[in-house]
Amino acid sequence: MTTSTAEVETRLTRRISNFLYQRSRVGLALLLAPPTFWLALVYIASLSALLITAFWSVDSFTGDIEHTWTLKNFATIVGESTYQAVTLRTLGIALSVTVIDVAFALPVAFYMSKVASRGWQRFLVISMTLPLWSSYLVKAYAWRSVLSSGGILDWILTPFGIPSPGYGLEGTVITLAYLWFPFVVLPIYTALQRVPNSLIEASADLGGGTIKTIRSVVVPLIIPGIIAGSIFSFSLTLGDYIAVKIVGGATQTLGTLIFTNVGTANNLPLAAAIAFIPLGIILVYLASVKRTGALDNL
Amino acid sequence: MQLSRISRMVLAAITILTLLYIYMPIAVVGINSFSPSISMAWPPSGFTLEWWGKAFVSEGAMQALGTSVVVALAASAIALVLGTLLSFAIARFKFFGQQALNLMVVLPIALPGIVTGLALNNLFKSVLAWQLGMLTLIIAHATFTVVVIFNNVVARLRRQGGNLEEASSDLGADLFTTFRLITFPRIKSALFAGGLLAFALSFDEIIVTTFTAGGGVTTLPIFILNNMYRPNQAPIVAVIAIVVTILSLIPIYLAERITSRDET
Repeated sequence: MTTSTAEVETRLTRRISNFLYQRSRVGLALLLAPPTFWLALVYIASLSALLITAFWSVDSFTGDIEHTWTLKNFATIVGESTYQAVTLRTLGIALSVTVIDVAFALPVAFYMSKVASRGWQRFLVISMTLPLWSSYLVKAYAWRSVLSSGGILDWILTPFGIPSPGYGLEGTVITLAYLWFPFVVLPIYTALQRVPNSLIEASADLGGGTIKTIRSVVVPLIIPGIIAGSIFSFSLTLGDYIAVKIVGGATQTLGTLIFTNVGTANNLPLAAAIAFIPLGIILVYLASVKRTGALDNL
Repeated sequence: MQLSRISRMVLAAITILTLLYIYMPIAVVGINSFSPSISMAWPPSGFTLEWWGKAFVSEGAMQALGTSVVVALAASAIALVLGTLLSFAIARFKFFGQQALNLMVVLPIALPGIVTGLALNNLFKSVLAWQLGMLTLIIAHATFTVVVIFNNVVARLRRQGGNLEEASSDLGADLFTTFRLITFPRIKSALFAGGLLAFALSFDEIIVTTFTAGGGVTTLPIFILNNMYRPNQAPIVAVIAIVVTILSLIPIYLAERITSRDET
């Protein structure tokens, strides 16, 4: 009996299929292998290598990396006052940005989810989400234009006798608060959407006034959403250096410090050690809010 | 909840002001791109199309656009394959380490960008002793875009469940036939939407890019960054900024339409 190639092929795929069906673990392994290898080899390996590099040093003559274990970089970071000052300044910026964003996000998200009509709500959600996807660099550049001397902010503020903040620490905070606002408002909005109106009505029926209802019913329910938003604004601020360079003038943050050490200073081990400051802060923050359930809201 | 008229109006006013604040800077750049002055002074001193004309014949800008498109296409293609495989593993199986794997996908985008950038830079340059260039840039972009594909596809798979696939194999179809006739058509739009989002994410990225592209590769964001401080180039940068904004919003708009059409 002769069999055509097509038939052989069908039989072969059928056999492979049956094999995979009976041993679904093999199928799972085949599915998992490429992405796991990629993520482990590229990402986990590079994070580990970064950790190791932080314990090496750079030969001051040749500029090559010396592969001997040393705690020198960490001693530098902990010991020198510049690093403490920059860490504190970066934390201060991250905190101000987060507070500003949450302060604006709360009323806006509340209006969007509980007051606005359906159509208006849809429009607002879309217009708050769109900037999330438009270029970060373009937005930072836009603020360079807004804050420039003779720029629009100068033009608006001068009649009131207020000088424009210009490029510097204030400019950095304003720009970063602007950049991360959508990341903060959306989780809070989602959390508010999940607060059932019946619960709010029940509170009112039981005699709770507006303030009381907001304080004892709404706020406790949306805390995870607020924390989820703050994780974004915190992590993104700690990891930023481009916006700081664009609108920050001479402002130094952990990000610019890392970038300088990779580039002009050519001290990768020190940069690696500095990178562990924002990383450590974020991990501590994540661990401390884990119990609130905020991580499921990301 | 009974809100007084005044508090409703205050809330509405805050929301509208915030909305204006969100769109004002981009609008300023857009208007400035038509201003004859090369400084960023406000109000604009007139109207000209000079910069728009110059931007489209600027060789550097056009090359950068080409590079950005190639990188974004290659990175999204890799991310599509990896993200889809991973989605099937996570949504259709239960296994040890599932949670850890879930975390591993999110990590490249959840950690501060500078940490991801520095870690990859160190891996390529110091550990592997590679020259930074297109290849390293594509690998870096693929790594942080996997999560977008994964999120889209895994959500679709979870919502659909496996009933139709089971019915198909009960009726005698082998795994490949089931995939071709049942599974793939049902996740096609999630793949497409995820791919568009990955493209947009890669197209815009700057922080990880500056650490992994090396000197020879100029993407559109790098072009903007390099030319921002050059006074004669400033108006062209404004034009490119507007073009980038529009180019990255089109894929988002399409992705949004595809997903919302599928869900209703």
